[in-house]
Amino acid sequence: MMDTIFALSSAPGKAGVAVIRLSGPAAFEVCHALAGDVPARRVASVRLLRQGDEVIDQALILTFDAGHSFTGEETVELQLHGSVAIIGAVLDLLAGMEGLRQAEPGEFTRRALENERLDLAQIEGLGDLLEAETEAQRRQAMKMFSGALGQKAEGWRGRLIRAMALLEVTIDFADEEVPEDVYPEVIAILDGVMSELRIEIAGVAAAERIRTGFEVAIVGAPNVGKSTLLNGLAGRDAAITSDVAGTTRDVIEVRMDVNGLPVTFLDTAGIRETEDVVESVGIARAKERATQADLRVFLLDDPSQGPELAEAGDILLQAKADVASGDFPGVSGKTGAGIAELIAEISERLSSRVANAGVATHLRHKRALQDGCDALEQARDLMLQNVEMSEIVAEEIRRAVYALDSLVGRVDVEAILDEVFSSFCLGK
Amino acid sequence: MKHDFDVIVVGGGHAGADAAHAAARMGARTALVTLTVESIGVMSCNPAIGGLGKGHLVREIDALDGVMGRVADKAGIQFRLLNRRKGPAVQGPRAQADRKIYREEMQNELKNCANLTIVAGEAADFLMDGPRVQGVVLADGSEISAAAVVLTTGTFLRGLIHIGDVSRPGGRMGDKPSVKLAERIDQFGLPLGRLKTGTPPRLDGKTIDWSDLESQPGDDDPTLFSFLSSKVWARQIDCGITHTNAQTHEIIEKNIHRSAMYSGRIEGVGPRYCPSIEDKIVRFAEKTSHQVFLEPESLSDSVIYPNGISTSLPEEIQYDYVRSIKGLENVTILQPGYAIEYDYVDPRALDGRLALRDVPGLFLAGQINGTTGYEEAAAQGLVAGLNASAVALGREPITFSRSNSYIGVMIDDLITRGVSEPYRMFTSRAEFRLSLRADNADQRLTEFGIGIGCVGVERQQAYHAKMAALTSAKDQMESVIFTPKELATAGHAVNQDGKRRNGYELLALPQFDFDALVSLHPEWGEIDAQSREQLSKDAMYANYILRQERDVAILKRDEQQAIPSDFDYAQIEGLSNELKLKLSAARPDNIGQAGRVDGMTPAALTLLLAKVRQARRGKIA
Repeated sequence: MMDTIFALSSAPGKAGVAVIRLSGPAAFEVCHALAGDVPARRVASVRLLRQGDEVIDQALILTFDAGHSFTGEETVELQLHGSVAIIGAVLDLLAGMEGLRQAEPGEFTRRALENERLDLAQIEGLGDLLEAETEAQRRQAMKMFSGALGQKAEGWRGRLIRAMALLEVTIDFADEEVPEDVYPEVIAILDGVMSELRIEIAGVAAAERIRTGFEVAIVGAPNVGKSTLLNGLAGRDAAITSDVAGTTRDVIEVRMDVNGLPVTFLDTAGIRETEDVVESVGIARAKERATQADLRVFLLDDPSQGPELAEAGDILLQAKADVASGDFPGVSGKTGAGIAELIAEISERLSSRVANAGVATHLRHKRALQDGCDALEQARDLMLQNVEMSEIVAEEIRRAVYALDSLVGRVDVEAILDEVFSSFCLGK
Repeated sequence: MKHDFDVIVVGGGHAGADAAHAAARMGARTALVTLTVESIGVMSCNPAIGGLGKGHLVREIDALDGVMGRVADKAGIQFRLLNRRKGPAVQGPRAQADRKIYREEMQNELKNCANLTIVAGEAADFLMDGPRVQGVVLADGSEISAAAVVLTTGTFLRGLIHIGDVSRPGGRMGDKPSVKLAERIDQFGLPLGRLKTGTPPRLDGKTIDWSDLESQPGDDDPTLFSFLSSKVWARQIDCGITHTNAQTHEIIEKNIHRSAMYSGRIEGVGPRYCPSIEDKIVRFAEKTSHQVFLEPESLSDSVIYPNGISTSLPEEIQYDYVRSIKGLENVTILQPGYAIEYDYVDPRALDGRLALRDVPGLFLAGQINGTTGYEEAAAQGLVAGLNASAVALGREPITFSRSNSYIGVMIDDLITRGVSEPYRMFTSRAEFRLSLRADNADQRLTEFGIGIGCVGVERQQAYHAKMAALTSAKDQMESVIFTPKELATAGHAVNQDGKRRNGYELLALPQFDFDALVSLHPEWGEIDAQSREQLSKDAMYANYILRQERDVAILKRDEQQAIPSDFDYAQIEGLSNELKLKLSAARPDNIGQAGRVDGMTPAALTLLLAKVRQARRGKIA
């Protein structure tokens, strides 16, 4: 009865190998579908993974019987070449298969627990592990939710609750003074939400490639040399540099390969008090992007003063090391001094983190948006056929809200009842 | 230790009646302690049973051979199936009940129940054996001992009645509150809260001018509550409908400061779904009129319950506004409306058996747990009665799940979420609403009831006969298979997807009703009417129910992960303080319940599961 879950279980490193793990009753079946057979247990076997006739990758496959794996279930590990395109293609392929779904955070661990596969020492360490996963997830969610999408999701939530309340009031308060026919309003709500979901689904696919990997923000006061440093890192003039403070008013992104890690450097507007409306917008955006980035490099005139946005693990540098001096490691975009050291430092700090969570998060959200949209469409079609059975319509919307849970938050019956009682005068 | 009884039930209301009857059916020697025998089965509020969600509860009580459904059928003077035009999952049987017949029939049920003794007296205190409740002490000083006690004291705990600016202690109009018992409960240190509810003035039907009023008849083809009932007993009547008007609203607005609720005299929280007329007028000022149902309380007297105008205004204002309503111009008020405030025990102090976690031997059921409604009370009484007898007879706990019953939904809501207003059942509370239907309550629960021993011989036979017919009918339906081509030839529009479907699968498609199937395969015409109807209802949701199976499986898996009742949440590192506090208050019985505690995350749940397992292994080692 348990379904089969999968997830990218590795962080990409210099070795360039990515591990996707599948666990559950359909794991071997999926392996057969992808690789043509199920290799002998616990023997590393090379296979070509195909989608139809097309070869996706040459992979090393490990299989484990139930009772002999981490989770205690039938397990397949696919060791792929660690390219974003290959990982994305395989994850996408798996997500589209019947009975398979992305693992929730901590779900492999949860299954291992349920099947008595963890020893006491492992359980002791579990709190830290889950906290780390949660933190990584929180950061990812923040990336998704900042700005426009967060506001949209909030709007979807409100409107879906309204739609459910309208249906439920005609069901649970049928013998009271409630509207006879709520379908027109519910249909209008669902149409509105669905069209926004569809735009979002299209957008997620495009954003996926760009957002994959790490983000490193370069932060500092105006004219401290952030853009010059970025140019130095990139080896080309990606950001406009000038001597006038406040030149960079938007966030400029430069993607680089840092020792095998996909890294997007963000050149942000210099942070200072300003009267200039356009510049203050740029500064607000700079702060927001900097907070969401995986790592921040601060260029400081005086690095001994810890800057406000700094978090543990960030890098603090002496700015314009060509002209300034001090105890802190410095960097100069102009002369190139300290850049190699900075790249090594960034690479070391990022390698230790869970990366590529972005791909999984995006896939998960895309899936959620798609499932939610499909269920809403079912609900709308039933109403258009004028089916009297509003309990089935309500069930479809409930399923949509459940699918969209990660975006709109959990909607329980109390939220619906709140809407019911604030909108309708009920009670005999 | 030899007890006088196995189980004592305190209180003869709806919770008490079904609790005592259930314990006795289980074979426990049971005593029902009530202030007076005459007050058994009194309907202190609206004389109606059932409705949406509530009707489901009555069917479930009946499926387990409880009394409420049978008695309501005998007392029913107007039956209406709510949502008749919608699907069976959200149809709720409801009946207007004759208050007098209901009381008499309920008293007969209990008097004639084997193993059950009715004791008239006031339970003033508990008999204690250390921390354990071992019986009750009556007000006259006599003691009755038992292995378990079920307390169903409704609004009697520090009840305070308000009519306008007059307040006085009281349980229900005319009854005295149980102060001594409340003091004793204080000593247990249970978490208490305060709620309020209200009731409308009762009118004399002989002084109502019915001539111009709209009337609401019952259904031509009444839907009864009990799976054992086949006909209505009492004469059937119509209800009247009238409306408040601008003048009514003006009178109430002008005197709003004299309402107990609006003068700050009441601190308890009232139910949003059952607002007073004052509330309706203040909160929905734009509505110029509200419906009022005039419901006869009995065939044998003229008392009318005006449903929709409960109030705590002073009596003279009640006269003014009631007489401003059409048809009520010359009405006599027999008893003024009032609001009542009362203490309830935070139900998170209970486990899934409705036993108090910290007071062994004591079970609570009904309004004392923060619920409202006769049906909610009776269903809790049933659960508490079954489990009190299980304790006394040394049997396993008897628990219900959200996936098998509204009873399970209610108890889970109560013990994991607590209440913020008097808790009432709605069908929207049940996430598995499509499978938890009033029509299949017996299929869901009667077999289970037979297993635990609470179902009598008569119902066992009726159930087995019905299931035999149903199973054989379903077999017949499933044994004949059609290809899409054959169906098209017979004139039915189906997808030409090459998928072969049997008769039952066809019944699940919206374009097939039973008659269409009979024309396809005439032998199905021999299937009896009852089985036809049941199969049609079962098939209607079959595909949706299939889709929910994964959710049900996850729920069941989580429910199997028990959490020890003394589990210390404070010692879990990595859990936020807020969650520690919430979990400590709710003390979930299992991981499934823990997951429904407000604010739980998947990661926190995994951590909790790990710690629970670790603790369990530590104990074994």
